[in-house]
Amino acid sequence: METVFTPIASFGGGLAIGLGSVLLMLGLGRIMGATGILSGLAFPENREEFAWRTALVVGMMLAPGLIYAATGAMPELTVPVSPIMIVIGGVIVGLGASLGSGCTSGHGVCGLSRLSVRSLVAVPTFMVTAAITVFLIRHVFGV
Amino acid sequence: MKLVFALFTGLIFGVGIAVSGMMDPAKVLNFFDIAGTWDPSLAFVMGGALLVTFFGYRLAWRQTTPLFVGRFQIPNATAVDKRLVGGSALFGIGWGIAGFCPGAAIPALGTGRWEVVLFLVAVLAGFVLRRLLFARPVQSAA
Repeated sequence: METVFTPIASFGGGLAIGLGSVLLMLGLGRIMGATGILSGLAFPENREEFAWRTALVVGMMLAPGLIYAATGAMPELTVPVSPIMIVIGGVIVGLGASLGSGCTSGHGVCGLSRLSVRSLVAVPTFMVTAAITVFLIRHVFGV
Repeated sequence: MKLVFALFTGLIFGVGIAVSGMMDPAKVLNFFDIAGTWDPSLAFVMGGALLVTFFGYRLAWRQTTPLFVGRFQIPNATAVDKRLVGGSALFGIGWGIAGFCPGAAIPALGTGRWEVVLFLVAVLAGFVLRRLLFARPVQSAA
């Protein structure tokens, strides 16, 4: 399925992703890593740690509604895979991101900009395995 | 005040995720489908985000402390080990199967779509699985 090339919207969205990440560092001194935020909510260490993560996640979840209020349409969200693939992919994402200590936001945005050696290894690793996976699924197995 | 600030930063991040196209698995999977219906848009997301964080972080660190807490908590691990590489490799495989990643799925919950809920429940199951298979400690995020 084709999708429209959106360099300007994607770049602009990227700037906002970066701004949110910088503000979290400036205000709370923390990395905007979705894996760490989620696991901190699932397995909270204390009330303080739970509270700011909850506020952050609630803010994130308000975004589609804000977009809807401003434009009259929800953000584009097309799922071209089956529910079973969502589940299998989700479990592997959770296992892998937890084991590798980060995902696209933590290693990709925050880690790379800090020039973290671990992130400089992690990001090319997951980019390549994602591309290989998509190639195998679409062009070898033809799902 | 701290929580209001956290909510506000989450909202900005979430709007960025929504506007950028990261929330759309069709677009994410096409970014990786170089041999097929390739859509390079997401490279621009990464470019925009890194541009702001690269300079913004360095400005933020000029403060001696963050605005609302006592200290910056920046990961200081440097070890490139099997867990990092293996975990990242697995994460990419899962991302390539489902088309969602955690940072995109959290804001996407606000669309009310059941697929997002299903994905995040599966991610939490993956967290539990990691805790069962591999004992602590794992380095904190990034």
